[in-house]
Amino acid sequence: MSTETVDARHLLCPLPVIRTQDTVAGLGPGDSVQVLCTDPGAIHDIPAWCRVHGHEVCDIVEQDGEIVITVRVGDT
Amino acid sequence: MSEPRKAVALISGGLDSLLAARVVMEQGVHVEGINFYTGFCVEGHTHAIRRKDRARPKRNNALWVAEQLGIKLHIVDIIEEYKQVVINPKHGYGANLNPCLDCKIFMVNKAREWIDANGFDFIITGEVIGQRPMSQRRDTMPVIARDSGAGDRLVRPLCARNLPPTLPEQEGWLERERLYDFNGRSRKPQMALARRFGFEDYAQPAGGCCFLTDRQYSVKLADLWETRGKREYEIDDIMLLKVGRHLRPRPHFKLIIGREEGENRFMEGYRKRFVHLIPLSHTGPLVLLDGEADGDDLELAARLTARFSHGRDAEQVTVEVTGRDGSARTLDVAPLPADEIPAEWYL
Repeated sequence: MSTETVDARHLLCPLPVIRTQDTVAGLGPGDSVQVLCTDPGAIHDIPAWCRVHGHEVCDIVEQDGEIVITVRVGDT
Repeated sequence: MSEPRKAVALISGGLDSLLAARVVMEQGVHVEGINFYTGFCVEGHTHAIRRKDRARPKRNNALWVAEQLGIKLHIVDIIEEYKQVVINPKHGYGANLNPCLDCKIFMVNKAREWIDANGFDFIITGEVIGQRPMSQRRDTMPVIARDSGAGDRLVRPLCARNLPPTLPEQEGWLERERLYDFNGRSRKPQMALARRFGFEDYAQPAGGCCFLTDRQYSVKLADLWETRGKREYEIDDIMLLKVGRHLRPRPHFKLIIGREEGENRFMEGYRKRFVHLIPLSHTGPLVLLDGEADGDDLELAARLTARFSHGRDAEQVTVEVTGRDGSARTLDVAPLPADEIPAEWYL
């Protein structure tokens, strides 16, 4: 299982979603993506994108204006 | 049993595309959504930037639509390719710098490429004849089908019965009589259909979902092109047109003045690329100076910065001016009185 990191800091939604989507496209079920972002909109949009595609949001951590969202790739 | 036919629906996040996709899903077609991000989409970031908007529930309407429908949504970054649509639209602009007809042709063409690459059969849009003055007219809708290359693989379920049968109707993948015959600007048929499907709380943006339909935004973009002497832009340019007050006190520079904390924070990410000003003696905005400015210009910029700070009524405000090289100096200035700011400085 591999873990990729997406640096989407200072990008506004939907770009953090698009960067996550493009990275997930190259991964397989069970792999993980850590998305670093600063747009608080990503806290809503990335989980929404995960729900429609069958991926799992494992963790959302906010600290000092930065947000780290961990996504586990689903089977779909 | 044979595999269901597959269609991709252009999902803007508004009601029409939601309904169009739903109408086709009702006939047993496998539908997935596609949403194009041009950089001009109103969706999302304006709410993210401005702190005052953060209390509102924040959602991406296209993703919300996908969740309502239970379909996948593919969001496609077309920022770079879209520039030619904005800069050089073959069919011209609408009331502002909105190239709606070229935009629709471009997006349907991208959807056509997508269905070809992914083994899908046809494309769905939420277009309704007469709904929009430029791209949704009886004479322009065939142009979209033709120039996009989609031809009869483009289905508009909400007004299909007012148009010639498409391939999915001819082939029996869709029953024509279960499609609709909406036309004109009335929203009542859509609202009734939404009720029938049980959709509530859908987005109804008054001016569409694109900043290019906004007069003030278009004025700022036109100013950007005029002062640079060329019709070009980068994504950061068009983002910055969405935030702050924009004042052009001289032809060779303008100021972008943060209006509140959220905008100031967003502009922080850009400050190293610009000469920027911030009041030190009073709280106030971050101001980015776009262009070239000499000593007198910097003093004027500092006085304007002071004007929009909490020291606007003070005799003197200390303003820090930082160059692109990071060197900083302070200016003690009198805030520029409001009546010395001509209305034409505001973009």
